[in-house]
Amino acid sequence: MAAVDHVTMQIKNGEFFSMLGSSGCGKTTSLRMIAGFEWPTDGEVYIEGKAMGHTPPFQRKVNTVFQSYALFQHMTIFQNVAFGLEMEGAKEEEIKKRVGRALDMVQLTGMDRRKPKQLSGGQQQRVALARALVKTPDVLLLDEPLGALDLKLRKEMQLELKALQQQLGITFIYVTHDQEEALTMSDRIAVMSKGKVQQMGTPVEVYERPANKFVADFIGESNFLEGKIKSISKDEASVFIPGLNAELVGVPISEGLVKGEEVNVCIRPEKVRIADKHVVNQNMFHARVTNTVYIGADTHIYVDVNGAKLKVLEQNRISRLDPKSFYTVGQEVWLMLMPENTLVLKKD
Amino acid sequence: MNPFRRSPFVIAAAVLVYVFLYAPIVGLILYSFNASRANVTFEGFIPAYSENVVMDGSLVLSSPCGPFHWYCDLAKNDDVAEAAGNTLTIAFTATIIATVIGTMAALALQRYNFKMKPFSQLALYIPIVIPEIVMGIGVLTLFSQFFGWANTTFGLEGDARLSLGMATVTMSHIAFMVPFVTLVVQARLQGFDKSFEEAAMDLGANEWTTFRRVTLPMILPGIMSGALLAFTLSLDDFVITFFTNGPGSTTLPIYVYGLLRRIITPQVNALSTVWILVVFFAVLLLQILQNRDSKQHS
Repeated sequence: MAAVDHVTMQIKNGEFFSMLGSSGCGKTTSLRMIAGFEWPTDGEVYIEGKAMGHTPPFQRKVNTVFQSYALFQHMTIFQNVAFGLEMEGAKEEEIKKRVGRALDMVQLTGMDRRKPKQLSGGQQQRVALARALVKTPDVLLLDEPLGALDLKLRKEMQLELKALQQQLGITFIYVTHDQEEALTMSDRIAVMSKGKVQQMGTPVEVYERPANKFVADFIGESNFLEGKIKSISKDEASVFIPGLNAELVGVPISEGLVKGEEVNVCIRPEKVRIADKHVVNQNMFHARVTNTVYIGADTHIYVDVNGAKLKVLEQNRISRLDPKSFYTVGQEVWLMLMPENTLVLKKD
Repeated sequence: MNPFRRSPFVIAAAVLVYVFLYAPIVGLILYSFNASRANVTFEGFIPAYSENVVMDGSLVLSSPCGPFHWYCDLAKNDDVAEAAGNTLTIAFTATIIATVIGTMAALALQRYNFKMKPFSQLALYIPIVIPEIVMGIGVLTLFSQFFGWANTTFGLEGDARLSLGMATVTMSHIAFMVPFVTLVVQARLQGFDKSFEEAAMDLGANEWTTFRRVTLPMILPGIMSGALLAFTLSLDDFVITFFTNGPGSTTLPIYVYGLLRRIITPQVNALSTVWILVVFFAVLLLQILQNRDSKQHS
């Protein structure tokens, strides 16, 4: 069985590229092949146009920030960061200068005499970053580097990493299972599953136009309705949805669909409009509230439309202190599924 | 607080265990100060200092070293000095070689998957579990067969003849030490994250530099405790040494055994006391190293 199967990715110079997927999807294996810790049985890794073949890791102009940081415990912070430069045979003066600059860059000035154990998790993470960046690699590989940090620190580091990448102009290849992290930082994302790339695109493309049901489900949340294409044009279709006993008109489509095909219609919870009155005729459906869940910034409303269960997300733009501001269970409501906010996907 | 901690039963049991463990050692040390040369009963300490040793029958009345008479006697004994020298030479040489081999074996077993791996792992326990005397006879048979064959085939004569001696003792010590070193180092390597080595390679270090600068310093405490364990095993090995030693390669255990067959003077006790102290400090060092090691990894 292959951990990574027929993956083709072209990563541009100076790009912040993320590989996103759940554990075992092949993202880390792909990263390790770029670093040279593993060799592809078939295919090739090219860096700066050069085929890597069986080039060992220490001869690639690629550096890695490890998930566990892998800081050398028996060395000081200075020795850790200087290690890579020493291996290049840099002069002592130059090493001192560059290590100093790298530590300044990650805001660890003056920490150079400490041992890794004496630093906090966030600081250790910065040392790992400085140790890799001090070598000015062509490509920096990051293997879930923020995984061990707490939520708040992680969010800060996301923005810092992105700023650092833009400032240095180095290509970053970032592996994560956290979709929010990938969406926040990346120029482009490869969504991976079972050793294959499911979709590659900008954060907006991946979220707004998922290529298939897996991506639609993995990134963000989606409601899926089973349907059948009644008529189709170049980029729109009319879909009959038995669950709603109704037809959705003018829905954007993904590639390779034909008339009469069984499809999934996907709509994001936050894109479903909910109202207690009937407003327009088309794409408006009568529903009943089955549950509401208040989670601070948003309220999740679960509704039943002729037996089809949908989730609707409403932002709490106003104070919810008044209990009457919530929909009540059993209340009759109207849902508007705007065609431009839905997407027809091939059935897997 | 644990309610059982102060129970008289627990205290009594603890005291009994300590008596059981240490009474022989305390007795041994006490008898090394015995005024009686026959050393059958304890006749009190040697009470006085004098120019020359004054004896009354088998009782030492006074000595230049006073109560430490037998220790001075021991120091003047050239055979003991030679045996001690042999013991340390064998222990040091065998420890160094066995530590290198054992560490390499542990690294290979941790890193690579090969066909005979489960067998290799199991084979490590065999020298540890089989009775030492079986191993001793086995090693002796091997050496005598091989030496006999080599001496006749190559017509070796006189000093060139292969025979039992320091080399054979050292080799057989290495043979039983390697599994101990390997197992101790292996236990240490279990918690060793291979990403440390990957990080070093990633930063431009080749395999050898990675080993020298990263792997070795990180697993050194484990290697040291393996080496110290092997060293102490070599120091007091009797059975295997008994089968494989020859003229000029008498070690301390063999020497003491020889003394016992003639007459047990307190000199044997004095020798044993010195020896216990040496081993005690070696084990103490081992403990300190292991403690430091586990602290580093916690």
